[in-house]
Amino acid sequence: MSSNEAQTARGRLSFNRFLIPIAVFMLLATVLAVGVKHSPDVGVIHSPLIGKPAPVWSLPLLADARRSFGSQNLRGQWYVLNVWGTWCYACRDEHQSLLAIAQHTAVPIIGIDWRDDDAQARSWLAQLGDPYATVATDHDGRLAIDWGVYGAPETFLVNPSGVVLFKQIGPMTPAVWQKEFASRLPPGLARGHS
Amino acid sequence: MVPELGHFALILAMLLALLQAFFGIAGPALGRDRWVAATLSAVAGQFVMVSTAVGCLILSFVNFDFSVRYVAENSNSALPLFYRIAALWGAHEGSLLLWIMLLACWTLAVAIGTTRLPPRFAARVLGVLGFLSFGFLLFTLVTSNPFLRLEPPAADGIDLNPLLQDPGLATHPPVLYTGYVGLAVAFAFACAAMLEGRTDPAWARWTRPWATAAWTFLTCGITLGARWSYYTLGWGGYWAWDPVENASFMPWLVATALIHSLAVTDKRGLFKSWTLLLAIVGFSMSLVGTFLVRSGVIVSVHSFAADPSRGTAILIFLTIAIGSALGLYAWRAPTLRSNGGFELAARESFLLFNNILLVIAAATVFGGTIAPLIADTLGQGALSVGAPYFKPTFLLPILPLLALLSIGIHANWKRGRLGDSRGALFTTLALACALGLAVVLGAYSGRQILSYVGVALGIWIILSSLVDPIDRWRRKLTLSRAVVGMTLAHIGVAVVVIAISLVESFTVERDIALAPGQSARVGSYDFRLLSVRPVEGPNYSAERGAVVVSRNGRTITTLFPEKREYWVRQQVGTAAGIKNEYGTDLFVALGDDLGAGRWSMRAQVRPLIALLWLGPAVMALGGFCALSDRRYRLARAGAQERAGVGPTERPA
Repeated sequence: MSSNEAQTARGRLSFNRFLIPIAVFMLLATVLAVGVKHSPDVGVIHSPLIGKPAPVWSLPLLADARRSFGSQNLRGQWYVLNVWGTWCYACRDEHQSLLAIAQHTAVPIIGIDWRDDDAQARSWLAQLGDPYATVATDHDGRLAIDWGVYGAPETFLVNPSGVVLFKQIGPMTPAVWQKEFASRLPPGLARGHS
Repeated sequence: MVPELGHFALILAMLLALLQAFFGIAGPALGRDRWVAATLSAVAGQFVMVSTAVGCLILSFVNFDFSVRYVAENSNSALPLFYRIAALWGAHEGSLLLWIMLLACWTLAVAIGTTRLPPRFAARVLGVLGFLSFGFLLFTLVTSNPFLRLEPPAADGIDLNPLLQDPGLATHPPVLYTGYVGLAVAFAFACAAMLEGRTDPAWARWTRPWATAAWTFLTCGITLGARWSYYTLGWGGYWAWDPVENASFMPWLVATALIHSLAVTDKRGLFKSWTLLLAIVGFSMSLVGTFLVRSGVIVSVHSFAADPSRGTAILIFLTIAIGSALGLYAWRAPTLRSNGGFELAARESFLLFNNILLVIAAATVFGGTIAPLIADTLGQGALSVGAPYFKPTFLLPILPLLALLSIGIHANWKRGRLGDSRGALFTTLALACALGLAVVLGAYSGRQILSYVGVALGIWIILSSLVDPIDRWRRKLTLSRAVVGMTLAHIGVAVVVIAISLVESFTVERDIALAPGQSARVGSYDFRLLSVRPVEGPNYSAERGAVVVSRNGRTITTLFPEKREYWVRQQVGTAAGIKNEYGTDLFVALGDDLGAGRWSMRAQVRPLIALLWLGPAVMALGGFCALSDRRYRLARAGAQERAGVGPTERPA
């Protein structure tokens, strides 16, 4: 550096000025860090259905399209409603979990086969196993729209008075079952009778 | 096999980027010229590896390889080839890969374009770029690898987000990202200058073409995005002050300030430390923008690829990159001194005002964008900031900026003698006021003061910009391409100002409900619904309306708005029916089926919206024109000798 003394004198005087940008940035980084910490809540899609009566529905059965099945048949009991389709690969992921859960719980899992081909759905269940108490078919997506389904798979928990208690978006896992579903069920039902 | 090859290429690219950073920064610092030379090989290698990775992902999309998770999540066997290729950047992982690819392209361009600069300085620039590449590659490989497989493979994909199935997807993200990433080059030049301890303004001359190029691409990218949202999002808005739109706008404002302040540093050797800071802040805005889009900390219609867990990783990278650059700045900037002053009415002071006002504008946008975050941090709960805040606060710095632009064009370097051009100043001002009055009162018979001010300012800028070129042309003097480019860019700004003033004030918009055969009046046009019929697309079914638009009984056109339902994702998308008539857009979007054959619709008549797309096109043309100026190439040719004699070449 040329003219060292002048430089350092000037430096001492104005050094603070050049530290301002980094100070401002550190403050900003803190705000962003807090934002990241809080953001998981922001990302969650809250269903307006939670705590509200489930929409009334009635759909043809997969086993026999002439007969229909719906909220009428489920009045007064706990049930789990699982929306799936053979075209949905995440549904394949969760299928094993559903099979395992069905073994341990007495709550009926009602499958809604969404926008699907009946023959394909039947062979899917024959091949991979059938965790469902009943499967109804939603060909034109009416139930999916009423229930506000974003994409398969989604799983709802409905209590005996027909109120939706919880909605799981994405695949069901044993951990989710324990934490969100079993904890809301009466102990006898969660454990199952077997 | 192909995805594994891509994955492997990406890992090699990361290692090469690390080498590039090491050789580029350590080589010049330790004075090892063989390390300096090795930087170039690392750049070339990294470019080849990143291209291979991108090629592999494209191949997986083209071949319907649904065993690759990213492909299964973002395409479908019914998705047309065009969108399967563009789906590459349709979600988080792929858009990061696009970012990396573009950074590799810019880096290669810098390596080729700086062969005439002092090798040690060029190596430092490449080293900083290598560090950025390394950060992004590491982030991609650890948190967002696009090559992960699905076990078992999906039978079919869950399709590309329908909102993205638009020709805009092919152009808007790559062009905008080219601009974003281009600011990294200016950032790297600034860091290299600080690492080297340069006190001369030569680096500003070398940075100018790169900053101009980045600015030009940003201009194009933002406009393409505005157009896309206008045509596809269904409700005819081109700008909503959405956080993600702001995230692209803030770097543009800072880049605009930067290209002006670089000019002052280059020509007059002033504003040295300020220019350095702007170069850092410009790229920081790009990084913060990426962070806001990708982390999901701010909810936005655009955050289709948000994931909070990745936010932390970007934040760490952002803090290291920006923090060290600002640290370097705090260390080096005090040694910079400006020699020579300037008078109040000299060109320098107008450019200083330009910079201050642009930075204030960027700060108001930034403040509004992160206000919800700050409220959250302070525990004040949810806060939403929208157009009612942005519109007036943004105008506050922008209106004086436009007025000063018209005056400042006439100012000379160093000396404040505006008196010489007083005649031109007042003639153009009077003419602009009269013409603005004629346009607003005459053509639109409107009374909005703001639209009048906007139109008059726009016309004033155009007239003032033309005074000097016309004068030179009459005196048979040559015009450099840089001057032509600057004039075009300023005219482009003016066209945008005029367009926004008129579009915002004189758009007629009505929500109407019509049964087939009925019609409604919107402005001076009649919209008559003919029919609504179902149609089938490649991967969606739609209701297509036919709406006849007429004026004074004369049929102008038939619009075909569609409401689409995409099969796989069960998502509804709209495609508005739009026809441009002498610069006025006739717009209709289909709403809901109200039963009994009646449909709700939104109809708009937007005058002169065509100017809104024309303005930025003229600005970009100006940018490219300035880039083609011979002076930039001559400056590069002359750089070596100058730097050879200069006292600045010393190890840091």
